[in-house]
Amino acid sequence: MLNALALLASYARASFKGQLAYPGSTILLGLGQFLTNIIDVLAIWLLYDRFGAVKGWAIGEIALFFGLVNISFTIADFISRGFDVFGTDFVRTGAFDRILLRPRSATLQLIGYEFRLTRFGRLLQGIVLIVIATTTLPLHWTAQNIALAAWTVSGAVALFFGLLVLQAVLAFWTVESLEAVNALTYGGIQAAQYPMSLYPDWFRDFLTYVVPLACVAYFPVLVILGRPDPAGAPGWLLPLTPAAGFAFLAASFVAWRVGVGKYTSTGS
Amino acid sequence: MTDFARPYLSAFSARFLLVLQYRAAAFAGFVTQAWFGGVKSMVYAAFYASGAGAAPITLSQTITYTWLAQALLALLPWAPDPDIVASVRTGGVAYDRLRPIDAYALWYVRALGWMLARAIPRALMMAAFAAVFLPLIGLSDWAWKGPANAVQGALCLISTALALLLSASMVMLTNILVAATLNGRGLQILTMPLVTLFSGNLVPLALFPDWARTAMLIQPFAGVFDIPCRIYFGGLTGVMAWTGMGLQLVWSIVLIWLGHLWLERVMRKLEVQGG
Repeated sequence: MLNALALLASYARASFKGQLAYPGSTILLGLGQFLTNIIDVLAIWLLYDRFGAVKGWAIGEIALFFGLVNISFTIADFISRGFDVFGTDFVRTGAFDRILLRPRSATLQLIGYEFRLTRFGRLLQGIVLIVIATTTLPLHWTAQNIALAAWTVSGAVALFFGLLVLQAVLAFWTVESLEAVNALTYGGIQAAQYPMSLYPDWFRDFLTYVVPLACVAYFPVLVILGRPDPAGAPGWLLPLTPAAGFAFLAASFVAWRVGVGKYTSTGS
Repeated sequence: MTDFARPYLSAFSARFLLVLQYRAAAFAGFVTQAWFGGVKSMVYAAFYASGAGAAPITLSQTITYTWLAQALLALLPWAPDPDIVASVRTGGVAYDRLRPIDAYALWYVRALGWMLARAIPRALMMAAFAAVFLPLIGLSDWAWKGPANAVQGALCLISTALALLLSASMVMLTNILVAATLNGRGLQILTMPLVTLFSGNLVPLALFPDWARTAMLIQPFAGVFDIPCRIYFGGLTGVMAWTGMGLQLVWSIVLIWLGHLWLERVMRKLEVQGG
């Protein structure tokens, strides 16, 4: 275990060193990331400016939902690049053969494939959103709420990571990174930026029971906001729901095992 | 005339037919865009339920706008033409310098072919889903509705053609920037937020604050999506529709003229390294 961590650290050092060889490019790409993401905040502001509060939700509350889900996705994205490009960079090229030959787990090597520093742009956007939420709402960042936020984020990281692992599993059959999974990652962020009570029942159920985004980005955040669930989920259950993210991740790794077992090289 | 146009026509059709082959990419794009369109429509519905009186366009128009935006995503000037980026990197761009035809026109028609071939399958799939399938399963409240009337529909076709011309002239500016700086990386990440915000892709331009709406309609990016779409659902009619199309035409001419001048300068200074 310690050995694995040391290996990851040296992967990270190599990756950072490579990116910092071109500091200007890394910083500009990161700022571009920030711009791309900050206009989503502008979209929320435009809609609030035009329509006023939506179904009783303050703009600061939207900012908290959106900020937490973005921070979660940034972390997941940061550690899952190898899975994200798995189809194009590993299966199609046959590079996965080499990974399998090395005396370390494939998961570890794929996590260590690349840590993209340019992702700080999205992180910055998430932080801006949390600041907006904290300054416009009577939010109390007690130790309990901070711990709950950290637990929420960790559950969401597990869920997004699980989605990217599933995308990689599909690549065993499609020999390509399937962009369609973007609907659930980037599209998931899009859906999770607003409270679930905005959506029709069937969509809320989908985001609770099938791809449990609501469990890692909505129910526990209600507790931080001091609100009951408008749809009536019991209060004691709300802070426990991020566990669903870890269950999803575990299921994704079961599928990953099956995929690796079935893997046949494309050759050369 | 035909002799003059032939090289450009064949460059256009070669590119168009080639890009049309990428069916899997088109399908993946469609799935993602259908999801985004659906989520956005549901969010708009919630906002309209809270304060519809404040909006200058109806919910149904906003939903149609959202589907159209997803359908025509590939017509927007997101990024330089990947072929041009590649030929700048490999030095192939020097051949275009040597050909006895206008380099700007050649690149321009290839960009047109690229954008159109990416847009058509995606638009057809999105129309099949949002305009046909959704009403069939009883979700017509969420569907992509037809044009306001036949006249608006016809005007929208003209305006969409103008949007394509304008958008290609913007792609050309990014192409030329790549040729001038020998670097396509990072450019897309700046054009993306710009195009998303100002074309109406983020939020329909009609829903912007009242003080900003006129300015948003006049700026060039309105012409690549917002104007044809407003003509479609009847937000711009009669004189206003023709004014909108006039704006698209004027911006196209200005940007093509600027691009042409700029490319000439860049091509004169072009240096091919090694080989």
